[in-house]
Amino acid sequence: MLIAITSLILTSICAPWINHKIPNKAGWILSLAPLSLFIYGLLLTSSIVSGTVFNDSWNWIPSLGIELSFYVDGLGILFFLLITGIGTLVLIYTGAYLKGHPQQGRFYTVLLLFMTAMIGMVVSDNLLVLFIFWELTSITSYLLIGFKHESEEARTSALRALIITGSGGLCLLAGIILLGQVGGSYQFSELVQQGDLIHQSSLYLPILMLILIGAFTKSAQFPFHFWLPGAMVAPAPVSSFLHSATMVKAGFFLLARLTPILGLTAAWHAWVMGIGALTMLFGALMAIAQTDLKKLLAYSTISALGTLFLLIGINTELSIKAAILFLIIHSLYKGTLFMVAGTIDHETGTRDVHALEGLFRVMPWVGIAASLAAFSMSGLPPLLGFIGKELIYEAKIQAPGIYQWVLPLAVLANALNVAIALIVGLRPFLGKTPLHLSRKHAVPVGLWLGPVVLAIAGLLLGIFPGWINGLSNAAASAVRAEVTQIKLALWHGINPVLLLSIFTVILGLGFFAIREKLRKVKKRHQSLSKWGPKQLYEHVFESVLIFAKRHTDWLQNGNLRFYIVVIMVTASLALGSTLIRVTDWSHLVTNFGEAKVYEWAIAISIVTAATFTMLSSSRLISAIVMGVVGYSVALIFVLYSAPDLAITQILVETLTVILFVSVVYHLPQYRSLLSPSVKWLHAGISIIFGIIMSLVTLKAINIQLHDSISHFFVENSLTQAFGRNVVNVILVDFRSIDTLGEITVLGIAALGVYALLQWKTNQQEEL
Amino acid sequence: MESLLAVVIGCLYAIGLYLILERSLVKLIFGLLLWGQATNLLIFTSAGLLGGKPPIVPETGKLLSYADPLPQALILTAIVIGFGMISFTLVLSKKVYQRLHTDDLEQMKGYES
Repeated sequence: MLIAITSLILTSICAPWINHKIPNKAGWILSLAPLSLFIYGLLLTSSIVSGTVFNDSWNWIPSLGIELSFYVDGLGILFFLLITGIGTLVLIYTGAYLKGHPQQGRFYTVLLLFMTAMIGMVVSDNLLVLFIFWELTSITSYLLIGFKHESEEARTSALRALIITGSGGLCLLAGIILLGQVGGSYQFSELVQQGDLIHQSSLYLPILMLILIGAFTKSAQFPFHFWLPGAMVAPAPVSSFLHSATMVKAGFFLLARLTPILGLTAAWHAWVMGIGALTMLFGALMAIAQTDLKKLLAYSTISALGTLFLLIGINTELSIKAAILFLIIHSLYKGTLFMVAGTIDHETGTRDVHALEGLFRVMPWVGIAASLAAFSMSGLPPLLGFIGKELIYEAKIQAPGIYQWVLPLAVLANALNVAIALIVGLRPFLGKTPLHLSRKHAVPVGLWLGPVVLAIAGLLLGIFPGWINGLSNAAASAVRAEVTQIKLALWHGINPVLLLSIFTVILGLGFFAIREKLRKVKKRHQSLSKWGPKQLYEHVFESVLIFAKRHTDWLQNGNLRFYIVVIMVTASLALGSTLIRVTDWSHLVTNFGEAKVYEWAIAISIVTAATFTMLSSSRLISAIVMGVVGYSVALIFVLYSAPDLAITQILVETLTVILFVSVVYHLPQYRSLLSPSVKWLHAGISIIFGIIMSLVTLKAINIQLHDSISHFFVENSLTQAFGRNVVNVILVDFRSIDTLGEITVLGIAALGVYALLQWKTNQQEEL
Repeated sequence: MESLLAVVIGCLYAIGLYLILERSLVKLIFGLLLWGQATNLLIFTSAGLLGGKPPIVPETGKLLSYADPLPQALILTAIVIGFGMISFTLVLSKKVYQRLHTDDLEQMKGYES
């Protein structure tokens, strides 16, 4: 399996190169990669059907307990075959569909990467590895939906799909981690044995809900469905491959995988069935009112996905088998119809059902494929769809306790789907060929081969259902974790199920006949869509952007004062709360009484001078009064044994005052620019900050965290550094590198001052 | 004296902050100067005050009781660096005023030349 995945990645890397060298045949050549994997899968199938499970394991991130381990059982191989088989045809189709597109190479690459991720997902044993592949499919899907990135619609649709499936993915990850913690392993093969333990865990419900959200978003279940119709802006191969045949089935795959672990509880039944049934009906109702071929198909895909969820929610032997079968059928006919829609669009330039008519004569092969697919979708014999529909009805009739309400819903949804099948698969081909189309050249092989092969597969499997009996039984057994043996047959004899089928088809024909009226009904209720989940999503999306903008405007407004206020208030709160928490106020020693008169005088002169600086309206006086503050501080240094500090302080103060006085007349006059209320606010903040700093100082005096290291300096000052003034020795000897740094800073400041003064003269010369 | 100085330090910080919050450039510089003084005093005071015992090793005998030399060394560095900063700021603000003809910090936003 590792080889399979690696070979696909290599192919995807080579794709642009191959496309560049042989642009016309690149699709055919590249399709060999998935084709060979498809054959490899077929070879494996027979032994898997007989009960073997392929296991492979490599240590990947041993420190996190993540193993790159593969587990290929019936379910895995079924998906593997679908992905590689349809993938082969889609690559061929792409070659013709995007012929000559400048970014065709990139398209191949992403498509092949998606294929890799999808295969990786369905064969992973480790749930975390599964999650990584799961997210990879979301990302490649994003790139593919946004392939026409010049169009804004494509970009928003791609982003919407990514956000919805991505958030679902996050829920899934949370669910997987919880599951791993409860079950003690991330290996699916080990978790299977822990089913009872997990069911009884108090975390069961959170796990279930998180994983269900992941599955619902990925598989476009109501109310997360709305990203899927939007995703139809992608090129047709993408819609056909990702958004009908494979990726949107990932949610179903996940639930099928986890059924033996999480399934069979009341909550499981209720949620999966409820949401499934709702989606089934909702999708069909929405689909019938569309006029765009691809939108029609998208909504009917949503409906089909709902059916799958409903069936897996019922969780009887029959319903699982029906789900597996329906999965195959749907991939075959929906893949066909999407490619047909793409071909029609490619050849005629429109997808509007009103504009399309009489295409059979222009593209007979496409017509045959489309009608076969439409018959399969309608559940007509002898196609595989017929067998599927019979089985589904039977499963629903036998559904314990709930068939009364499930069955009518199913009949309604199916009948609508019959009408949809006729609108998409039959109607465009009938009637008179419009003149502008009749002279069209023949449709290239690449554009009809894919649909025709898929449609004929549906026909052959319908006639010979025995071919897939073993595989679908193996897949169903994997889901149920017990052997399933239900034989498929085309003809069951005349029974209620057959009558129900006939009734459905007749009802569907009726819906087809009144389709225009149904559209009008939908139009009349257009206003209802204002309240849909899509609008909710958009509203939330916009609100987040607006919130982010306002938040940034408010906090990062470029106003220096605002920043300072925020910093200071935060600092005050942090310091103040810590002080209050740790301080025992009764032990805080104060010694105001010991202060001598001249000390009071110094203190008062400092505070007075500072206040004067603040209040003075003259710059010169402010500058001089600032000097008073500095000299008073110098006096304190003198009094308390710091002669060096005092000397430096006096020097620097003198220089500062001289500097101030020399530039002060070049500086602006004071102006009062702030309103009084703001000033009071600032005063309040300043006073609180000052009080806190006083308390911090008091606290600092009373605390000795470490022994002073000064005795080292004092002892070694004379003996080692030959200096008696310890402060000087520290500066020029013990900590001389610091002093060197200080000198450097001063030098740079001096250079800066010099440069600024020079700059002035240059500027004046220029002026 | 320590308690008294604590109050002085608080006052200097408060007045300094008030000046920094003004919209006028010159007042901002005065505020910075006051904060510088306050911080020096804070370091000086928190080391403990001791009168008349400078940390100078005498000609004879050992230095037994002395004021802590380490904070003094730190403050000395701080004073000098502070001077460097203030002189640069002063010249810079003078240039700014000459170029932009405003000392209003709000109006300076958005100028790039």
